Amino acid sequence: MNARFWVLTAAYFASLVAIAIPLGHFMTRVFAGENRASRRALGWLERGVYRVARVEATEEQTWTAYAGSILLFSLGTQLVTYAILRLQRALPFNPTHLGAVPPWLAFNTATSFTTNTDWQSYGGEATMSYASQAVALTSQNFFSAGVGVCVAIALIRGVARSESPTIGNFWVDLVRVHLYVLLPISALYALFLVSQGVIQTWQGPLAWTALDGAHSSILRGPVASQEAIKMLGTNGGGYFNANSAHPWENPTPLSDFVQMLSIWSIPAALCVTLGEMLHSRGHGRAVFGAMALLGVLGVVAIAYFESRGTPVLARAGADLLASGQQPGGNMEGKELRFGIADSALFAAITTGASCGAVTSMHDSFTPLGGLVPMFDIQLGEVVFGGAGAGMYGMLVYVVLAVFLAGLMVGRTPEYLGKKIDSRDVRFAALYVLIPAFSILIFSALGVATAAGRAGILNAAPDGGPSPHGLSEVLYAYSSGTGNNGSAFAGLTAYSPEHPIFWSLTLAIAMFVGRFPLIIAALAIAGNMAKKRRVPLGPGSFPVEGGLFVGLLVGTVVIVGALTFFPALAMGPIVEHVILQR
Amino acid sequence: MSNALRSSLSITAILLILCGGIYPAVVTVAAQLLLPAEANGGALVEQGVVRGAKLIGQTFDDPTQWPAYFWGRPSAASVDAATSVLVSSGSNYGPLNPALREEVSARVKALRDSGVTGPIPVDLVTKSASGLDPHISPAAAEIQIPRVAKARGLSEPELRSLVAANTEGPTLGFLGEARVNVLTLNLALDAHKRVGHAAPTTSTR
Repeated sequence: MNARFWVLTAAYFASLVAIAIPLGHFMTRVFAGENRASRRALGWLERGVYRVARVEATEEQTWTAYAGSILLFSLGTQLVTYAILRLQRALPFNPTHLGAVPPWLAFNTATSFTTNTDWQSYGGEATMSYASQAVALTSQNFFSAGVGVCVAIALIRGVARSESPTIGNFWVDLVRVHLYVLLPISALYALFLVSQGVIQTWQGPLAWTALDGAHSSILRGPVASQEAIKMLGTNGGGYFNANSAHPWENPTPLSDFVQMLSIWSIPAALCVTLGEMLHSRGHGRAVFGAMALLGVLGVVAIAYFESRGTPVLARAGADLLASGQQPGGNMEGKELRFGIADSALFAAITTGASCGAVTSMHDSFTPLGGLVPMFDIQLGEVVFGGAGAGMYGMLVYVVLAVFLAGLMVGRTPEYLGKKIDSRDVRFAALYVLIPAFSILIFSALGVATAAGRAGILNAAPDGGPSPHGLSEVLYAYSSGTGNNGSAFAGLTAYSPEHPIFWSLTLAIAMFVGRFPLIIAALAIAGNMAKKRRVPLGPGSFPVEGGLFVGLLVGTVVIVGALTFFPALAMGPIVEHVILQR
Repeated sequence: MSNALRSSLSITAILLILCGGIYPAVVTVAAQLLLPAEANGGALVEQGVVRGAKLIGQTFDDPTQWPAYFWGRPSAASVDAATSVLVSSGSNYGPLNPALREEVSARVKALRDSGVTGPIPVDLVTKSASGLDPHISPAAAEIQIPRVAKARGLSEPELRSLVAANTEGPTLGFLGEARVNVLTLNLALDAHKRVGHAAPTTSTR
């Protein structure tokens, strides 16, 4: 918690605002088809795609058709991913002659990348060929992010429109987000990463002779192209096992800073888009403010606990005191170039979003330092959140907050001129309850079965219950359900001896945390769009300003705390008490 | 074939070609043309022998094997049995894992045995997130100077300037930590020894 930490955090949020405003404004125009300059460059390609696919760009879809298209597209891309992983042995660009990805692992991975989770039950360097990485996983990084943004835009449209049966055309939104937003930014971003030392090559492993004459080699590959969309699309699936801690994925503090910015850039920009599309910039600012407030609290908490280190390290004889000459603190599982400050900031950002890339090993965090990322995920990743997913998740909380405020003052709840009816609240409640069920029930299953416990690394020495073991399991299902993808990575989620339990249950959790929630969000969108928008009056509930920010943050935190406090108490909180004893 | 299915299949195919084919290919070609050294991993070549990559840390952590070199951070990286490439990894030890306590204590003892008397910076006794961390803190380099100086017959000020030459401060003053690259420092140590016999020819390929 030194001066550098505060300067870093301040610089981060200032840069985020500076990116969000132009990017959000640009996205407003893209989804309205009014991005004139970029359409002059790429409009021919967009029109060409529609011609080949026989999509009528002006023809809109109802919410059910929009949701149906998403399911069709996601299922199709999931099958393609699965097929490529299974066939990689026969495909080119496989310099280390890796065999096919085993069936359960391929199934889990395909589900994982389709749902924007990018949970990895494997280490990339010993499992995935260059073709699997660059073709299957990289493209899925784009698709899942694109789908998320489309859902957010459709939901905003639903609120913005009055008496409309439709909420947009999924295929048009999808093509536009790829052509004008994700692809161009990723290409430039990838080249920036290469300039910092991220590799981008088709050459096989790099071999060297160490100073003692020993020979070693390390896998290379097309890393930068995947890294760019991995961060921009809040995917988070690392090219290498160590993810963004690997020096070839994230070589410098500057590449790290830009990676952190890119995780929250689209989610933050969507706040600007929200304000513009709803003609209420104040509302966009309030949503941004609520997200930023939760974000700052998380960052500060992690940095505080990690910078203090642990009594175990101190007693073992390590000097934990930070200075200009050393980072100090809990450096187990952290990279020296990032120290405590950059690692803490990254951990809060990656779990506030549905990213899940890591620069430090969350499993080795102090108990309370590790509780924060887990709780960020359990809140539904609405601290800026995933590309699109953060926005539609937060809008569901907005509906709930407005509904609660309406109950408190005894008025019909109303959101920017749209009456909130029981159908909206039912779907909003489902949106909050489904992931809670998935996380808690699967976690109970994970610790209650031998197959589940077999994956735990930090078990109690006597084989009895271990709070850290529970944390590993709870984190895994939170991460899977929340489509985050980070892990308390000591957990072995795939081994040839136990191929099924974790692969299957995590895949179900990831699926449940993705598509039912998308359907619920789109159902709210469709219901909102149908309603007439009444003009705002003096009795309308204000959805901007400090009062609303407080109400929204309160709703998010209370729902999350009530749901998950008991489980967290048995995991990280007990562990903290034991550690401080 | 229904319209929705046709749209889905064609758009999937087109986006797959764009995102999984053209995009990585364009980035690779651009990177190889504009930044070939970085794009291929920045191998450090010395007298025709590849000695590693600047960004990839190597294990200099056995006190008996490396008495005359600077030691880096302990590593949890492993070698894949089938392909013999390094697999990056952290230890993933929880804070109460007995193995963490034992390994840190053993590491502290090894450093004490090598003659370190003052405080031992935590980064030198804990495993990094990647297992490939190329850096140690300046404080962790400083406590090793007396040992290396003795082993090599060099003066401590001489070593300090070598360490300084391989040290980077925080970028822009606030991004990241001050850090010493252990591999380039150790290469510089060996090159220093050779001065007068043959000119050092370290280059980046």
